[in-house]
Amino acid sequence: MNIWIAIGATFVGCYLVKLAGLLVPAGALERPLVKRMAALLPVALLAALTAQQAFADGRVLELDAKALGLTAAAVALLLRAPFLVVIGAAVVVTAGVRALAG
Amino acid sequence: MEHDVPGATEHDDQAPRTPQKPDSAVVRDALGVGIAVGLSGFAFGVTSAGSGLTVLQTCALSLLVFTGASQFALVGALAGGGNPFTAAAGAFFLGVRNAFYGLRLSQLLALPRAVRPFAAHWVIDETTAVSLAQPTRRAARIGFTVTGLSLYVLWNLTTLLGALGAEAIGDTDAWGLDAAGPAVFLALLAPMLRTTTERAVAAIAVVLGLGLLPVLPAGVPVLVAALAAPAVLYVEGRKGDAKAAAKGDATEDVRPGDTRNDPRSDIQHDTQREDR
Repeated sequence: MNIWIAIGATFVGCYLVKLAGLLVPAGALERPLVKRMAALLPVALLAALTAQQAFADGRVLELDAKALGLTAAAVALLLRAPFLVVIGAAVVVTAGVRALAG
Repeated sequence: MEHDVPGATEHDDQAPRTPQKPDSAVVRDALGVGIAVGLSGFAFGVTSAGSGLTVLQTCALSLLVFTGASQFALVGALAGGGNPFTAAAGAFFLGVRNAFYGLRLSQLLALPRAVRPFAAHWVIDETTAVSLAQPTRRAARIGFTVTGLSLYVLWNLTTLLGALGAEAIGDTDAWGLDAAGPAVFLALLAPMLRTTTERAVAAIAVVLGLGLLPVLPAGVPVLVAALAAPAVLYVEGRKGDAKAAAKGDATEDVRPGDTRNDPRSDIQHDTQREDR
């Protein structure tokens, strides 16, 4: 039930902000500070989420094969690889390290 | 499906030098993005099912929420034991950027009011990137529609396949599929890290997100980490004030965190968006 509540709340929230952008008269969201904040909030959230999902299991910090997988993804990004290749690199390296480690 | 329009604008040499682009070229660009990103719905399906959501819940997310980063954030937070509202809050804040995409798209596409509630569902990173890259309104509309349609259909199909596949192959961790989520986040984040400001925000957010993880309830550290954004903006604004004061021309009433002092910041940010 909890999961359905989360899905419903996310659906409503995410749809309304999309619609708001299309309906709001230009200018309301055009203040430089507001635009700046909108650009920086995803940076903060994505960085925190990436770190948590790569270096934590639940509420415990841990360093495992995923960290190496993410390093592979970072290298692929630096080499300007396409989106799917970046994800593939992370998955393959993580699986490979786990297979080797036993 | 869309068809190539033969000879639409290929021989327009006499036409004035307005930027032209054949419809078929727009469709090709749009399909390229739609297919490449649409296929990564597979990674979402697997991640979501691996996080303990049912196939139905996983598919509902892709059908209803349809903004990848928010979906990954939600299932990640739920898997970490977050309560539904903190989990939804994190996903919501990630979706806020779509409001700003919509603001630009509404001027660019000039959609009739009746169409907007439907078009809104497709206002995401990829449709915005493709639409903004087009030279004319007609091309932007085609780009938006083709990207939106192909991405929506494929994203939902591959979500279903991924969710079913995750059940079939059992332990998704053994296949390294738990690395797909953070890799998606990293791929979305990387193009945003061009200036010192963005890097500072990311670094502080990582420290807050990891450092507070053991001491705060699940889901809350990410929300606290979001404060890195206003914090860095505030410091930037203070620096701007100091510079203005040193020059002795601080006559203007500059609020903390206001970026008017640094005209470059807004322009850089705009070009970044268009690059995506």
